[in-house]
Amino acid sequence: MTRSHPAPLAALTAPLDHAHLDHLRHSLARRAEADGLLDVAYRTLDSPLGTLLVAATAAGVVRLALPSEDHDGALALLARRVSPRLLHAPGRLDGVAGELDEYFAGRRRRFEVPLDLQLARGFRLDVLHQLVAIDYGATASYAEVAAATGRPRAVRAVGTACATNPLPLLVPCHRVLRTDGSLGGYAGGLPAKAALLDLERRVRAGAG
Amino acid sequence: MDPPAAPFDGHGTPPHHAAPPAGAARARDDLPPFDQVVVEHGPVVLRVCRAVVGRDDADDAWGDTFLAALAAYPRLLPGSDVRAWLVTIAHRKAIDRWRSARRRPLPVGALPERPDGRPDLEAPDEVLWAAVAALAPLQRQAVAYRYLADLPYAQIGALLGTSEAAARRSAADGLKRLRAALPSEVIR
Repeated sequence: MTRSHPAPLAALTAPLDHAHLDHLRHSLARRAEADGLLDVAYRTLDSPLGTLLVAATAAGVVRLALPSEDHDGALALLARRVSPRLLHAPGRLDGVAGELDEYFAGRRRRFEVPLDLQLARGFRLDVLHQLVAIDYGATASYAEVAAATGRPRAVRAVGTACATNPLPLLVPCHRVLRTDGSLGGYAGGLPAKAALLDLERRVRAGAG
Repeated sequence: MDPPAAPFDGHGTPPHHAAPPAGAARARDDLPPFDQVVVEHGPVVLRVCRAVVGRDDADDAWGDTFLAALAAYPRLLPGSDVRAWLVTIAHRKAIDRWRSARRRPLPVGALPERPDGRPDLEAPDEVLWAAVAALAPLQRQAVAYRYLADLPYAQIGALLGTSEAAARRSAADGLKRLRAALPSEVIR
C-alpha cells in the first residue's frame, strides 16, 4: 500500500537513513539488555560454510542455525518457544562468534561458551549430552551413541536427535556417522558435514 | 556480518513478513520476534516522533517507545494492530516527555527568514520542520497520526481525548497552517 501524502509533508515522509535506523536498533538492544528485557539476542556471522545465525538467552547460546537452515523460521521458533522479546543484539554473541572464528581457523578444539539446551527435551537432550563427549577429530556411530544413552535400540531416535540438534557445531552432531563409516545425515547438508570432519582431521594431523 | 538491510521505507510489506504458507502448523497465538516489529514499524514511529517531539528529541522518544513496547510485548494480543499500538505508546511517551520538561520552553519553532523577511527557499525542509514545530500540539499530533502513521480519525480522536470530528478538524487545520507557512514554490 502506498499513500500519496499531501504536498507540504514531503520532507516529513522522506526516506530515512538506514545507518541511522540501525544505530537506533543497536541503542535499543543495549537499553533492553541493561533493563533485563532482552530475552533472546541474535546475530549472524560469516563462516567458511556460509552465514550462520546464533542466538542466546541470558543463560547461554540457545540456537545455532546453519546456512542451509531457514533463519527466519529459526527466529520465529525462538519467539514461540523461548520469548518474543527477541532482538538483533550482537554484543551478547561476541563470545561465541569469537570461538567459532577460532574453530574454523583450526585454533579451537573445544567450545567454552555456556549453552542453553532448553530447546531439547527428554531423550533428545540425553543424546546431546552424549555428543558433547565426542572428541574433536573423532567420530562415533549412531549405534554407539544410542548405547551410550543406555538405549542401544534407539539408533533411529539418535538420528532424529542429531537432525533436530538446536546447536550444531557447538554440540558436535557432525561427528556422528553410520556404523559403516558413511556420513549419514546432517541438517546443514552432507558437504558441510564432510568439510567439518575434514577440517578437524587436518588440524589434528597437523598438530601431530 | 549483520543481516541484509531491511527495506526501511516504512511502506509496503517487508519481504520476510510474508504470510505463513497455507496449512502451516502455526499456532494462532504466535507473536513474531520483536525484532521484526522494530524493522517493520521503526521508520513510521521515527517519523511520528520527529513530527510530534521535534527532531532533536525524536531519537530518545523512539527509544523510549520501543523499550516500553518491548516490555509489554508478550502481553500484546495476537492480531492486534501493531502500528496503532506503537503510536499509542509513542503518544504517551511524548506527553511524559513534555511533562518532565515543563520547565523547559515548549518546542515552538520560528520560520527561518532571510534578511528580506521572506522564508528561506534554499532550505524548504527547514521551513517545514519549523512550521510543524510551530503548530499547536493537537494539530501537530493529528497531522502526524493521520498523515505519517495512517491511523483512522476515530482512533486519533480516542488518542487525543477528542471526537473523531475534532480529530479530523485538527488534522485539516494543521495541514492548512503548514500550507500557509510554506511559500507556494516549496509545495511540490
